Amino acid sequence: MLTFTIRRLILSVPTLLFIALVIFLLLELAPGDPMAQVPMTVPPEVKEKMRLALGLGEPGHIRFWKWLVQFFWIEPLNLFDHYFGTTFAEGKLRVISWQTRSPVMDIVVQRLPQTLWVVGMAYIVGVLIALPIGIYSAYRQYSLFDQAGTFVSMIGYSVPPFFSGVLLIVIFSVQLGWFPSIYDTTHVVNDWASFKVQLRQMIMPVMVLALQTTAQISRYMRASMLDNLNQDYVRTARSKGMSEMVVVMVHVLRNSMIPVVTVIALGVPSIFGGAIITEQVFKVNGIGQLLITAIQANDLPMVQTLTFIFAILIVVFNLIADILYGVLDPRIRYD
Amino acid sequence: MTEPVRANTAVVPPQPVRVAPAPRSQWWGVWDQFRTHKGALAGLGFFVFILLAVTLGPLLWTIDPTFIDIRARNQGPSLAHPFGTDQLGRDTLARMISGGRTSVSVGLMAMVLSLILGTLVGVLAGYFKRLDGLLMRFTDLFLALPLLPLLLVIILLFRDPLRAAFGPETGIFILIVGVIGITSWMQTARIVRGDVLALKEREFVLAARSIGTPNRRMITRHILPNVLSPIMVSATLGIANAIITESALSFLGLGFPSDFPTWGRLLFDSTDYLQQYPERVMWPGLAISLTVLSVNYIGDGLRDALDPRIRGR
Repeated sequence: MLTFTIRRLILSVPTLLFIALVIFLLLELAPGDPMAQVPMTVPPEVKEKMRLALGLGEPGHIRFWKWLVQFFWIEPLNLFDHYFGTTFAEGKLRVISWQTRSPVMDIVVQRLPQTLWVVGMAYIVGVLIALPIGIYSAYRQYSLFDQAGTFVSMIGYSVPPFFSGVLLIVIFSVQLGWFPSIYDTTHVVNDWASFKVQLRQMIMPVMVLALQTTAQISRYMRASMLDNLNQDYVRTARSKGMSEMVVVMVHVLRNSMIPVVTVIALGVPSIFGGAIITEQVFKVNGIGQLLITAIQANDLPMVQTLTFIFAILIVVFNLIADILYGVLDPRIRYD
Repeated sequence: MTEPVRANTAVVPPQPVRVAPAPRSQWWGVWDQFRTHKGALAGLGFFVFILLAVTLGPLLWTIDPTFIDIRARNQGPSLAHPFGTDQLGRDTLARMISGGRTSVSVGLMAMVLSLILGTLVGVLAGYFKRLDGLLMRFTDLFLALPLLPLLLVIILLFRDPLRAAFGPETGIFILIVGVIGITSWMQTARIVRGDVLALKEREFVLAARSIGTPNRRMITRHILPNVLSPIMVSATLGIANAIITESALSFLGLGFPSDFPTWGRLLFDSTDYLQQYPERVMWPGLAISLTVLSVNYIGDGLRDALDPRIRGR
C-alpha cells in the first residue's frame, strides 16, 4: 500500500509541473500590459524600470523558475512564519497582484472561506441527498420513485447552474421574497438571529450546486448498487436468513460504496469550477469571483496563481481518489 | 462513465456476404429499438424542432434581431412580439432564433471537432501499442487541467488577435468552437481506446490481418465502423457539453459580444432586469435547458439502441 501511494505521489509531480508550464506559456502570450494604467506623462525609461521591478525583463525560463520558487517555497514559508512567528521568508519577493500590489496569496486566503462555506456545504448536502436516493432507486428498480429519480437527475445534468440559479432567484427572492438574492459575505454570525440570516442566504446557492452533485452521485450510486444486488454473495446473505435491512444496508452498500467514494472525491475539484458560475449568479465574493475580476482586469499573476490552485485541487483529489480506491479495494493495489 | 466501455464487445462485424434478398440494414434494428424509448423519441422530436426553428425560423419570422425600435421597448408578449421586446425594443423571438442559430452551430461544430480529436487519439492509442502509453499520459494530463478557468484565460488572451484576423463575429466563433473542441475530447478518446483494445483481440481482425490488410485500411474498414456506436453516444453528450460551455462563457461575459446574441448572452443580458421583467430570463434559459435535456435523452436512447444485447428483446 505504501509503495502504491508513493508511486502515485511521484507520478503527480510531473503532472503538476506540466500544468504549471501550460498555464505559464499561455500567459506568456498575453497581450495585456501591466503598465497600461500608468499615466502617459511617465517617461518610457521609467516605465521600463517599473516593468523590470515587476520581474518582466527576464527571459521566459528564468521567470518560470522564479514563479515556481515563489509558489512552492516562499509562499509556504510565509504560511509557516504566520503560524509560528518566525521570519524565514522576510525580504523574499512574493507573488504580487498587479491590481492591488499586495501578495496574491493574502487575497486568496481572504476569499477562501466564502467559497469553502458555500461550495463545501453544497457538496455535503448534495452527497447526503444523493446516497439515499441512489440506494432506494436501485433497490426498487423501475419503480415510480426510480423513474422520478432518473428524470430529476436528467434535469440536474441538463439545467446549467446559471439558469437554475436565476430561476431560484426569480421564484424565491423576486416573487416570494423569502431569501435574499445577494450573498452578504460581511455578515457575522454571533447569535441565533444572525445564524438564521446566514442560513437563509446560503440556502439558494447551496441548492443550485447541490442539484448538480445530487444528479451525478445518485446515478453512480444506483448503477453501483445494481451491479452488486445480483451478486452471489447477496443471495448467500439472504439464504443465511439475514434481514433485508442488513443485506442491503450492510453487505451491498459497503461494496457499492467503493466506486462511489472515488467518484465523490473526484467531483470535489469540478464543483469548485462550477462554483465560478454560481458565485457570479449570487454575487458571492469567493475564489471564482476573484478569478473573473482578475481576468477582466488583466491581473496575470492572480490569474496564474488561481488557475494553478484549481489544478492542484484536481491533482490532489485524483490522488486521494486513487489511494482511497486502493485502500477500499485490495484488488487494485496489487497491480 | 462505466457503461460505454463494455457496451461494444458484441457488435456485429460488417457482413461481407449479402444473404437476404431484401437486405435490412442494422440501422433499422437500431431505429426500432430507439423508438421504444419514449424520452429519446421526444428528445429527438424537440431537437429536430429546434434545428428547424433556427434554420428556417428567419424565413418565417422576418423581423431583424438587431432592429432597434426604442418606442416599443420592454413590452410584454403580444401578437406583434410573441416573446416581448428587450430594453432597446428588439424583438425577443427574433433574437432567440438568431441566438439559437449561434448556440446550436457552436454546439455541433465543437462536437465534431472534439469527436475527430478524440477518435484520432483513441484509435491511435488503442491500435498502435507504441503510442498507447504516451497518448494516454497526454490524455490524463489534459483531464487534470482546470478547464473552465483555462477556457476563460484562453478567450481573454486570444480574443483580440482573432477578432482582428477574422472580424468580430467569425473570430469569436472560431475561438469558442476551437477551445471547447480541444478541451473536451478526452472522454471520447478513453472510450474509443478501450473499445479498440477489445476489438483488436477479435478473430475478424486476425483474419483481416492474415490476408495482409495494411494498417490504414484495417482502421478505416474494420476498426472505425465497429467503434461507431460509442462515438455516436459521445457525440450527443458532446453537443450538450458544448452548448452548456458556450452559454456559461457568454454568461460570464467572455463569450460573444452583446450585439451578437446567443442563448447564454441573452440570459446574461436579461439578468440585469431580473426584478422588473423576470419572464425575460425564461426564454433563453428554457431553450438551453430543454435543448440539452433533449440531446441527453437522445444519447440515453442511442446507448440502449446501439447495445445489441438489449436490442431485439
